[in-house]
Formats: sequence, structure tokens, C-alpha cells
Amino acid sequence: MACKLREFVQRVRACKTAAEEREVIAKESAAIRTAFKDDNPKRHRNLLKLMFMHMLGYPTHFGQMECVKLIAGNSFPEKKIGYLGFMLLLDEKQELLMLVTNSIKNDFNNANQFIVGVALCAFANLCSAEMASDLAAEVSKLLQHSNPYVRKKAALCCVKIVRKVPDFGESLLRPAITLLSDKHHGVLISAIKLCIVLCQTNSTLLEQMRKETSNLVEILKNLLTSEYRAEYDCSGISDPLLQIEILRLLRLLGKADADSSDIMSDVLAQVMTNTDARKVPGSAILYECVQTVVHIEATKGLRVLAINVLGHFLSNNDNNIRYVALNMLVKIVALDLQAIQRHRSIVMECLKDADLSIKKRALDLVYALATEDNVKALTKELLEFLMNSSRDLKQDLTMKICSVIQKFASSKLWYIQNMIHLISEAGEFVKSDSLYMLIVIISNTPKLHGYTVRLLYNMVGKWKNQESFALIAIWCIGEYGEMLVNHAGELEIEDPMTITEHEVLDTLEDIAAKSKESINIRVFLLVALLKLSSRYDTCTERIKDMIENYKHSSTLEVQQRAVEFSAIILKYSSIRKVLADRIPALNETVYESKRADGAVAALGPTVRVASPPLFSENHITAPTICTKLSSTDSVNLLDLSIDKEASGQTLDGFSMLQDLLNMDTRSSSKSSPYTGISDIDKNFTEDSKEHPSTSFGNEQFLEMYSAQGPMFPSIVALQTNRLKVLFNFSKPTNNPEITMIHATYLNCSSDLCTDLMLQAAVPKFLLLKLDPASGNILLPNANGTITQCLTVTNTLHGQKPLMMRIRVTCKVNGQEIVEQAQVENFPSGV
Amino acid sequence: MIHFVLLISRQGKVRLTKWYSPYTQKERQKVIRELSGLILTRGPKLCNFVEWRGLKVVYKRYASLYFCMCIGAEDNELECLEIIHHYVEILDRYFGNVCELDLIFNFHKAYYILDEVLLAGELQETSKKSVARVIAAQDTLVENAKEQANSLTNIISQATK
Repeated sequence: MACKLREFVQRVRACKTAAEEREVIAKESAAIRTAFKDDNPKRHRNLLKLMFMHMLGYPTHFGQMECVKLIAGNSFPEKKIGYLGFMLLLDEKQELLMLVTNSIKNDFNNANQFIVGVALCAFANLCSAEMASDLAAEVSKLLQHSNPYVRKKAALCCVKIVRKVPDFGESLLRPAITLLSDKHHGVLISAIKLCIVLCQTNSTLLEQMRKETSNLVEILKNLLTSEYRAEYDCSGISDPLLQIEILRLLRLLGKADADSSDIMSDVLAQVMTNTDARKVPGSAILYECVQTVVHIEATKGLRVLAINVLGHFLSNNDNNIRYVALNMLVKIVALDLQAIQRHRSIVMECLKDADLSIKKRALDLVYALATEDNVKALTKELLEFLMNSSRDLKQDLTMKICSVIQKFASSKLWYIQNMIHLISEAGEFVKSDSLYMLIVIISNTPKLHGYTVRLLYNMVGKWKNQESFALIAIWCIGEYGEMLVNHAGELEIEDPMTITEHEVLDTLEDIAAKSKESINIRVFLLVALLKLSSRYDTCTERIKDMIENYKHSSTLEVQQRAVEFSAIILKYSSIRKVLADRIPALNETVYESKRADGAVAALGPTVRVASPPLFSENHITAPTICTKLSSTDSVNLLDLSIDKEASGQTLDGFSMLQDLLNMDTRSSSKSSPYTGISDIDKNFTEDSKEHPSTSFGNEQFLEMYSAQGPMFPSIVALQTNRLKVLFNFSKPTNNPEITMIHATYLNCSSDLCTDLMLQAAVPKFLLLKLDPASGNILLPNANGTITQCLTVTNTLHGQKPLMMRIRVTCKVNGQEIVEQAQVENFPSGV
Repeated sequence: MIHFVLLISRQGKVRLTKWYSPYTQKERQKVIRELSGLILTRGPKLCNFVEWRGLKVVYKRYASLYFCMCIGAEDNELECLEIIHHYVEILDRYFGNVCELDLIFNFHKAYYILDEVLLAGELQETSKKSVARVIAAQDTLVENAKEQANSLTNIISQATK
């Protein structure tokens, strides 16, 4: 039983539950279906009801044929509803579209403008590519219809056709251009749209369209200067939507074309200066204008004007306008950095906005604006902002601050300060490479060791559960603990504070208590305690007790370390001092190369890039390799390519480490602490998936605590009256082909030896790499040593043993001394 | 270009949808669900633009209805806000202080008006007066046709009695 649309809607809305609604709809559906079958004359009413059901989400495909029938009818109301149903219930992919093509074609020629209009509407909204090709000719004829109502709809139908089948663009160019001179705004805007689409699809058409630039400029000028017309007025602006479209077309025409850009620059300047930006229509026009200026070949004055407009936007109260301005500024920051710098303070204000998307864009912009001059103030503001920001923004922010600090750090002190602040705030978001970088820098600046460790100690009091910060703090306290109590290396900016050793131990206990779940912290803590046990002589008992506590830990790693370390303290106190000695400065070259890129890339373990370092003081160049020796040798010696290392580093205590390793290779009982540590490195790689912030490039550690794998006896490579060269071996990686040789030089004479240099030659099947020596002055009577690392890769490992010829040159009392020897007594298995 | 227009109530009920880009029925349902979730949960102080699937969705809340339009990444968001306002003003003029109920019971009229403002995803008429005039003319046509049909049926039924 047919009811009116209104009743039906009321009935549906009166339903209290979804089930009730379904019932009502089902009943009505059935009624409508029978009505369609019976060819009920109230078809249009039923279709409307069907459309309502469709909007609620119920299946309505049985109504599609009815649409077709209604469209084929004669009266206007029926056609109207038929077309509406058609547009609503169908989509482009359906085959039923074909059935309607003929009706549409007929309707195009109807005398009634509204019927033509409705047909064009349906066509524009639903045509497929085939339909478009079929009816394109008809539609283009309609472009010249006498009625502007029809013309404008036809123009937009052409837009759709060109989008579906770009080839039709060519034939539509002429009619489109003719329409540009139309007086009716609706036709004008549709024609402009058509021109835009034509330009976008086809560049040859774009060329031809350029000739119309002056026409368009005229139209825009007229709009700007015309009197008030109520029909088109919108907050005091005459037809803003049309102005925007004209500006968009001008943008396309002026792109990469100086002439057109010239013609339009006047009117663009006029728009920018005269339009009222306080309301949305004015801002919309200005926004479009700025986009146009940015894309065409604009003069500098015009660009500055555009950026000023954006600057004004930023101080607008309306969120939307600020958002749009920030968006645009981020895109054009590359264009004119200087002009945007002026607005930096306003952008920083936007960082505090309530809207997350505005905050994000402001952050991107601030990051792009960072330069050498403003980086200090910028970092301070960003760090403050970080403290108050929400979690989702923190990650992005942290990475940006990190890369800004790394890119623009002008002094190590500033770098260390800011990185430590950053890590204490948001250490979990800082990448492990950056953490490692920080350690590298710290270890390379002995002057700042005291300052760094005191800063960290002070900040531990306020740490916010950031594990990476705790790890760095514990490591530094362990390494430089004695500087905490003896005020070593105090800088002027520091307030002197007296800390006792027991206070330091208290702090460490505190950290341990606060972070019961973190295994890494405990592990680091134990190593730090071992180091402190040799640095703080008065507290050995207490440290021993602290370590004893962990002997019963359920984590194997922690327990192992605790047991071993307490054994060292109790029984091996003689070597404890040496074991716990300072780690030599870590390799800075990788850091430098990354700084040069300004990017935060992944660390490679043994990459040594020769780029000029900014912070290091000494440059020690590695010796080049001397080539052939006497030809009587049966072994072929060739030039060997070895990386020339241009950067060096201060290597304090490197010799100590060598001694450590020497001792290490001799007695296996002391090797256990090292294997323990190397196991922990493996631990790090496994954990790195869950705790990315705490895995420290483990291969670097392996190099430090190298002494994995089988131990080899050391050999005397060269011994003369003056000089003794010792070789110690290790295989740091699991690859048996690679051997590291630690060479130690001793001056056996009683004269001072300077400019010591090693040259080595190896046969073809070996690859040799020399690291810089720790120094080149040898004190007499073996009072000092120089050490050097050589890496040999034996490509024929197992088949041929190592062989080497070495030559040492030095200056004694102004005389050049050369000693050379052939080294063949390499231990087997090396 | 405007890809689609969506009118949703505060409770998530769809009052009007118009699709200018090819979306299958299933895709449409998905889009509506996604956008409803996205837009209805936004706070009042946030800006009216949302990025979604590489496109931009511009929405504005009028009383209990959210008017959403999805535009391409290259389009002017402020212009879209203007277009939404343009449409709402025309509706207001037509219905006289339009409210959500008007749009529920007269959804077909809302569609007719939308078809006079937007076509193929582009704006076709910037003058509110023109649109009002055209809609009024079409309404008169429909009225006349209905009257004619009624009078015809009357005559026939009288004649066949």
C-alpha cells in the first residue's frame, strides 16, 4: 500500500530499535517491489522512498530498472526523480548505464532547459568512458546553446569528459576559449574550470591557452574594481570563488613562462594588497594568490609580498588560516629562507597551539628554519617545548632536536650539554646511533670529562625513568668517577660542589632501586662498580657488598658478572687497577663523516672515512706502505692498497689497553671477564629489538674488548740494539681469515727516538691495513712504548701462513736510522 | 576537484551523500564509516581540515550536522570551506532557517539544490540568487505538472464513473 514519502520517513524515525526499523523497511520494500511489478503510476513516490532506504544503507537494486523507466518517461517531474534515483542508486561500473544513453541523448535536444539541465547533470555525475565517447559530440554542441544555464552545465560535462578521455581535449579548446568571454559568471567559472583541466591534461593546449592570459587578467581586474553587486557579493568581496578560479588558471599559465608571469604580476600585487584577510573568503583568495606567486616566475618583490601575507596569516585567530599558512611555508621554505626567518617567533608561538596538526607543521617549519646563527636559541626553545609536549609529538620532536644538535654543533661543550638534556627528557626516542655518538664525543674530549660527569651526576637527581640516560650516566660515573670527588677539570661555568665517594655510591644504588626491571642498567652498574672499586680506594668494602647483592640475581648475565667481579676484587686485586682503567677514546671518524652529511645514518662497525674532522687536535697520518724489497726474495711483494687515514685522535691510555691485551693473551684465567663482556654484547644485539635505545654498536665494543676466539702467543718481530717490536695477535671476528696484530715498539737504546714509522709489506694473498700509531716518540731505555694496530686478511687462510717484511725508520740524535726484518715466525693458526 | 560530499549527523547518521569519483557501493560504506569515526571525534577547537588517504577532507559543523567535502591534495582548503558555506546559505534561503529535519524529510530537494551548485565535482554557480531562481522555476514546473495530472485523473475518473 503506497504511502506518502513523509509518512514513510516518519514511520521509520519512530522506530525505537534497529530490529523494528528493519521490519518497517522490509515491509515497505515488499510493497514497493509489488508496486513496481504492477506498474503502479505512483512510481516516482516509490522511488523516493527507495532512495531514502538506500541512504539508510539497505539494498535497493531492484529499483534500478524503475529509474530507467522513469527517465524514459515524458514529464519533467518523472524525469527529474528518475535521474535523481539513477545518480543515487547506481554507480559508474553498472551496465544499466548503457540503457540510459539514448534517453540522455534525446533529452539533450529537448526544448525545456531544465530537462536538458537534468540530463547533463546525470551525465556529468555518472558517465563512464564509453558513454563519454558516445555523447561527447552532443555535449560540445551544447556549449554554444543560447541559454547560459545549459552552457555552464555543458562546460562542466566537458570537464568530466576530458578527465575520462583526455583525447577529447583538443576539440574542446576553441569552444572553451570562446566561453571565456561570456558575461554570465556561472558560465565563466565553468569555462575557466574547463580551461584548467585542458591545461592540466595536455601541454600543447597549455601553450595555446597562454595567449588568453591578458583576457583573464582583464576579467580579474574588473572583478576587483567593480561596484557592489548584491548577487555576487560575499563579505564585501565581489565573487570570491570566481576570483580564486581565475588565479588558479593564471598559475598554470604563468608557470615556467616569464612573459605571462609579467603580464599577471600587476594584478597579483593588486589582489594581495587590496583583499581583506580577516574573513575566510578574503583569506581564501589570498591563499590562492600566494600559491600562484610561488609557482610562476615572480619578481623578488612579489615573492616577499606573498611571504608577508603568509606571515599575517600566522597571526590570525582562525585555526584554519594558520594551518594553511604553515602548510604553505613548509613547502616554500627552500625558496626564500631569509624572508621567512622574520616570522620565526610567530612560528614558535604556533608550536604551543592546541591543534596537533598545527603543532606538527610548526615543528617541521622550525626545523627547516634552523641555521648556524639561530640554532642555540632554537634548541633551547625546542627543549623547553619537549618537556611539555604530548607523547605522540615527542618522537618526531626528539629526532628533529637530535639532528639539529648534531648538524649545527659548534662546540663540544654545547653539544654534550644539549644532548644530555635531550636524553634525560626523552631518551627512549633517541636513536642508538646518536647515543653512541655522544659517548664517542665524551670520550674524545678529556677536558670535559670532569664537567660531563658532574653534569650527569646532578641530573640523575631529576631523571625521569629514561633508561638510556641512566645507562649513559652510570657509564660516565664509572669511567670518570674520580673526577666527581676530586674536582678535576672544573670549568668556570660550574658551581663547585663537594661530593664524597659514598654519596656517589648512594646515587648508584638509588638508580638501581628505581629501575628494577632493567637488566641493562644492572649490568652497566656492575661494570661501573668494578671501575669505581679501583678508583675509590676507601670504599672497596662497600662496593664489594653491593656487588655481592647481585650474586643471587635470577638473570644469568647479572649473576655471572657479579660473581666474576667480586672474584676480581677479592683475589686479583693486583690486576684490578689495570682492568678497570680508562677506556681509550673511541673512533671519531665515523662521527665526523655523519656530521658532514648532517644525517643520522646507521653506524658501520669498521668504516673509516677520511673526512676532515672538526674537533680533533692531532692529525696523524698513517704511513704509506713501502713496496718491493730486494729482488732476491722468492716471495712477490707488491704495492698494497691501504686506506690513507687523514684523521687521528688523541689516544690516551691506548698503550694501557695494549698492555691489557698482552696480558690477556698470556693467561686464560683472566680472559673470563672479557668473554663475559663479549657475551653481553651478544645480549645487546638480541635485546636491541625490544630496547632499541640501549644497543650500543656492539662491534665497536668487540674491538675494544677484543680477545675472542683462540689466543695466540706473541712474537718478537724485530729485535736490534735499538729497537724491539712485539706482535700480539687476536681474531676479533669469527672470520678466521682476519687477524689483528697489535704491534708494540720499545726503545732499547739510551737515546731518544723520534719520528718513528713502520712500513710493512706482505705477499699478494694477504691484505694489510695499518692503523695510526699511538705516537712517534719513543723514550729511551724502554720507558715508554708506542703501539699500533695492523689488520691482516689472509685470503689463503689454512693454505699459506702469514709472512711480512717490516721496516722501521726513526730519527736518533738527528740521524736517520732504518731497521728492517722479515717476520716469519707467526704462530700457526693465525 | 571535489571527490564526494557527505552530510552526517552528530550521531553518525548519513543525511546526504554525493559521489563525484568512482567508488563502488562497498567502498562507499567503508569510506562513510571511516570518515564518521574520524570527524565526529574531533574536538571543537581543532582546524577544519583532515588529511585522509592522501586526500584532504574539509568539514564544517552547522548545528547538529557535519558537512564534509573531500578534495584533492592540490586544492585550496579555504575555497572548499567557502563552497560549503555557499551551499548552506542557499539551503537556508530555500527552506527558511533550515534545520536537520528539513533535510531529512526533503532530502530530494537537498539533492536538487546540490546539483545546481556542484557538477562533476566542480562549482558551477557562484550566485545564490541564480540558484534560488532556478530551483523555484523547477519547483513551479513540478507543481504545474502535478496539478495537471491531478486534474486529468479527476476528469478521467469523472468520465468513467
